[in-house]
Amino acid sequence: MAHDTTEKIRSHAEHEFLKKKRSAEMRHQLTSFAIMIFLTLIAFTMVAAGFSTYLIVPIILLLAAVQVVLQLYHFMHLSNKGHGTVAFFMFSGMFVAFITILALVTIVWW
Amino acid sequence: MDLNKRYTAQSWPDHPETATLEGKNKFVGFWLLLAAETVTFASLFATYLALKDRGPEGSEFTAAGLFELPLVFAMTMILLTSSLTSVYAMHHMKNHNFKAMQAWLGITVLLGLTFLGLEIYEFNHYVHLGFGYTTSAFSSAFFTLVGTHGAHVLFGLSWFIALMIRNSKRGLNMYNAPKFYLAALYWHFIDVVWVFIFTVVYLMGVIG
Repeated sequence: MAHDTTEKIRSHAEHEFLKKKRSAEMRHQLTSFAIMIFLTLIAFTMVAAGFSTYLIVPIILLLAAVQVVLQLYHFMHLSNKGHGTVAFFMFSGMFVAFITILALVTIVWW
Repeated sequence: MDLNKRYTAQSWPDHPETATLEGKNKFVGFWLLLAAETVTFASLFATYLALKDRGPEGSEFTAAGLFELPLVFAMTMILLTSSLTSVYAMHHMKNHNFKAMQAWLGITVLLGLTFLGLEIYEFNHYVHLGFGYTTSAFSSAFFTLVGTHGAHVLFGLSWFIALMIRNSKRGLNMYNAPKFYLAALYWHFIDVVWVFIFTVVYLMGVIG
C-alpha cells in the first residue's frame, strides 16, 4: 500500500548519532539565516544611503539571487539526497528562461 | 498498514516525509506545483515591470513617491524570521517531537498573521491616498502582484492552522508527516517570492 514502510528500530548509538547530526544541521540553518538577514540589511542600507541607481540595481538583484539560492538549498533542503530530479528540472527551466530573456533583450536592444 | 500506527523517536524514519510511496508522490507533485507557481509569479512580475509608473494622463502616483521603506523592512524581517521558525518546526518533526513542532508552527503562524496585518494596513493606506486598484495601470499591476503574494500567505496560514488542529490529538505518524513537510516547503516558497517583491517592487521602486 501507498502508506507502507519498513520499520527499523535504531540502536541507541545510532539514535544519538542521528540526533547530533540533526543539531549540526540546525546550526547550519541558523548560519544561513544570519547570512540572509545580513544580505537583506545590505540591500536596504544601499537604497537608504542613496547610491547611484546603476550601482544599486545589479547589486540588489544579485543579493536577491544569492538569498534565494540559500533558501532553496538550506531551508527547502535542495542539498539533501533525493532532490536530483527536482534540481534537474529547475536548472533546465532557469536555462530556458535565461535564453528567452537574452533573446528578447537582444531583439529589442539592436 | 494502520495509518495511526505509533512511532517512537527511535523507530521514526530518518526522512519521514519520503519514507512511504504516498510521501514520495506528494513530494514530486508538490515541486511541480511550485514550478507552476513560479511561472505565475514570473508573469505577474513581468506585467508589473512593464506597467510600473504608467497610467492615464496626469496620474500623479509613482513608485518612488508612494513606497516607504521602514514598513517594507519590518515585513521582510518578519517573513524571513517566520521562514526560520518553520525550519525549527521541521527539525522537531524529524526528531519526532510533536509538541515542539506544534509550538514552532504556532510561532510561524503568529509571525505570518503579523505580516498579513501589516500588508492590509499598507494597502488600506494606499487606498486612502487615492491609489486604488483601478486608479492606473501601475496600481492594478502592483495590487495584483503583491496581492497574489498576500493571498498565498493567507492560504499558507490556513494550511498550517488546519494541519495543527486536525492532527492535534493524533500526534506524528507516517500519514501526516509528509503533510507537515509540504506545508513548510510552501511557506519557504512564499518567502522566496517575497525576496523578489521587496527587491524588484519596493527597493527598485524607491530609487525610481
